[in-house]
Amino acid sequence: MKRLTGALLALLVVGVLAWAAQNPLLINGAGATFPYPIYSKWFDVYHGKNPSIQFNYQSVGSGAGIKQVTEGTVDFGATDGPMNDEQMKAFQDKRKTSILHFPTVLGAAVPTYNVPGVSSALNFTPEALAGIFLGKITKWNDPAIAGPNKGVNLPANDIVVVHRSDGSGTTYIWTDYLSKVSDEWKSKVSRATSVNWPVGLGGKGNEGVTGLIKQTPNAIGYVELIYAAQNNIPYGSVKNSAGTFVKADLASVSAAAAGAAKEMPDDFRVSITNAPGKTAYPISRFTWLLIPAKIDDTGKRDAIKRFLKWMLSDGQGNAEALSYANLPKEVVQKEEKAISSIQ
Amino acid sequence: MATATPTIPSAGPMAGSRSFLSRLRDGDEIARLITLVFAASVVLITILLVYELWINSALPRQKFGLHFFVTQVWDPVMDEYGALPFVYGTLVTSAVALLLAVPLGIGAAIFLAELAPPRVSDSLQFFIDLLAAVPSVIYGLLGVFIVVPMMRTVIFPALNKPFGYLPIFKGPSYGVGFFTAGIVLAIMVIPYIISVSREVLLSVPQDQREAALAVGSTRWESTWKVVVPFAKTGIMGSIFLALARALGETMAVTMVIGNTPKITASLFAPGYSIAAVIANEFTEATGDLYLQSLIALGLVLFLLTFILNGLARLLILVTTQKGSGVSK
Repeated sequence: MKRLTGALLALLVVGVLAWAAQNPLLINGAGATFPYPIYSKWFDVYHGKNPSIQFNYQSVGSGAGIKQVTEGTVDFGATDGPMNDEQMKAFQDKRKTSILHFPTVLGAAVPTYNVPGVSSALNFTPEALAGIFLGKITKWNDPAIAGPNKGVNLPANDIVVVHRSDGSGTTYIWTDYLSKVSDEWKSKVSRATSVNWPVGLGGKGNEGVTGLIKQTPNAIGYVELIYAAQNNIPYGSVKNSAGTFVKADLASVSAAAAGAAKEMPDDFRVSITNAPGKTAYPISRFTWLLIPAKIDDTGKRDAIKRFLKWMLSDGQGNAEALSYANLPKEVVQKEEKAISSIQ
Repeated sequence: MATATPTIPSAGPMAGSRSFLSRLRDGDEIARLITLVFAASVVLITILLVYELWINSALPRQKFGLHFFVTQVWDPVMDEYGALPFVYGTLVTSAVALLLAVPLGIGAAIFLAELAPPRVSDSLQFFIDLLAAVPSVIYGLLGVFIVVPMMRTVIFPALNKPFGYLPIFKGPSYGVGFFTAGIVLAIMVIPYIISVSREVLLSVPQDQREAALAVGSTRWESTWKVVVPFAKTGIMGSIFLALARALGETMAVTMVIGNTPKITASLFAPGYSIAAVIANEFTEATGDLYLQSLIALGLVLFLLTFILNGLARLLILVTTQKGSGVSK
């Protein structure tokens, strides 16, 4: 009887060991939906190369990502807008360490519209965009719009503004940009993932906004660059801080990050809207991974650090195929330094 | 409801004569306990739901108090929140939906139960059940691709031209808005009204019809003056089931209502509903007051449903007491 018990116990130990060896180290994360396609690609490719490590990412939204990483229910978070000081403090109080932001890829918001009789790409000045979204410019043939679009026959129709109804990182940079170029916007509306819009209709998601614009003559709205690129939605150019009209593409979005890199703070919590640079697209943004500065589990800590290094080198190669703009090398170098501060 | 309960051989006053153990052995007691637990779980879930909503909406209650119900601003940047535009949108869209769906639904149910040949009635019932099972996002798509363009190009001009002086038909129309949401909701709830009302009408005893016909009524008189009043309680039930679905509908509404938290008299103006704003903003809501205000909206929706249900019960009670029909 005793021998049998011993044998069973030994079997159990062997079984548990075998199970542990087969089961990879699981690292859980949660957050933004915008970078979900590239993150799941990265985690998949990385798991293929390192079968002992598996990342599990839930795209539950930036707000939920910040909440979950603060509460410690996930190992890392992801967000489309940097955490504010209040949220940083809440994290510090709860977890007794700080949280680090790591930019991963870039996105952009582009103006898209449906004006009967206009098929060419329109040019928008910051003043025109702010005026339209504040409800002050109400006709398509307003001089503020017509000025930089010489030769385009703009109708005297009322503009219908369309915005996102769901909380979104795209809304965050759109309103962040308008806050930078218009004092009136900043004081009246300001920046956030959802705001109190002065005018307009709300559509749920990029597809909701696009649907409303397609169906409503004389509508204008904004969508994520990736969505516009993948669905062949025409969009306009925006005048940047150097005074040139730039159409958003992967190169002009990366250029915005490069332009902003010189003045980038060490914690990477920075908005790159209206960035300097002749070729920079002004409504660009980072999306970030949120990693605690102190990770007690050494296995997880090493795995996360190795993954971040891989993400900044080989991982960036996967971005363009999915229409995300790459990080410029200035930012990559800065981030590589920051990785070593994870303890 | 029941005026005279027929004596049912059950564990009533008679039960005392048998010992608890013997009843346990027969299984009666076990069955009673198990089903009691199931029944109690419904009450428990409701209480838990209210408790959770109440606990998690403490911040806006402290900060705004009753002003939450009358404030028209919803501003996540300035952290100012009010429920009024959403309550208004929820009530208006549901009212439009019921105004359209009730006559249509009850009319169809009367035809299916009383006038159509049984074979036609049964095969149509199959389609109605199918409609009731269609996910709401499909109805939303139907709204976006068919109702929205039709609203802008056909319905709005047709109503605005003759009645444009009335505030509720004022323009402009973007296609999306209260009326569009009401129409989509009406399409969604009609199957419920038809399905339940038809069953209720079919369960009216044949004697009632025969008695009406025997005293010389026409087919329609017997249907309208005898059968329908007899089934009134059940038909009301179907309407309140429809109302409950309309109040809480999220996906289809958010796709066609315009998502603008404004109170406008015009039915063609864009608006917002409680369920829609929660679904839209919950995932990206950062900040405790913001999140808790959304939960407080959930509590408001619960309250609204509760009050409307209570009023419905009252209405049924009042009308059946006066009532011509003896309900079952």
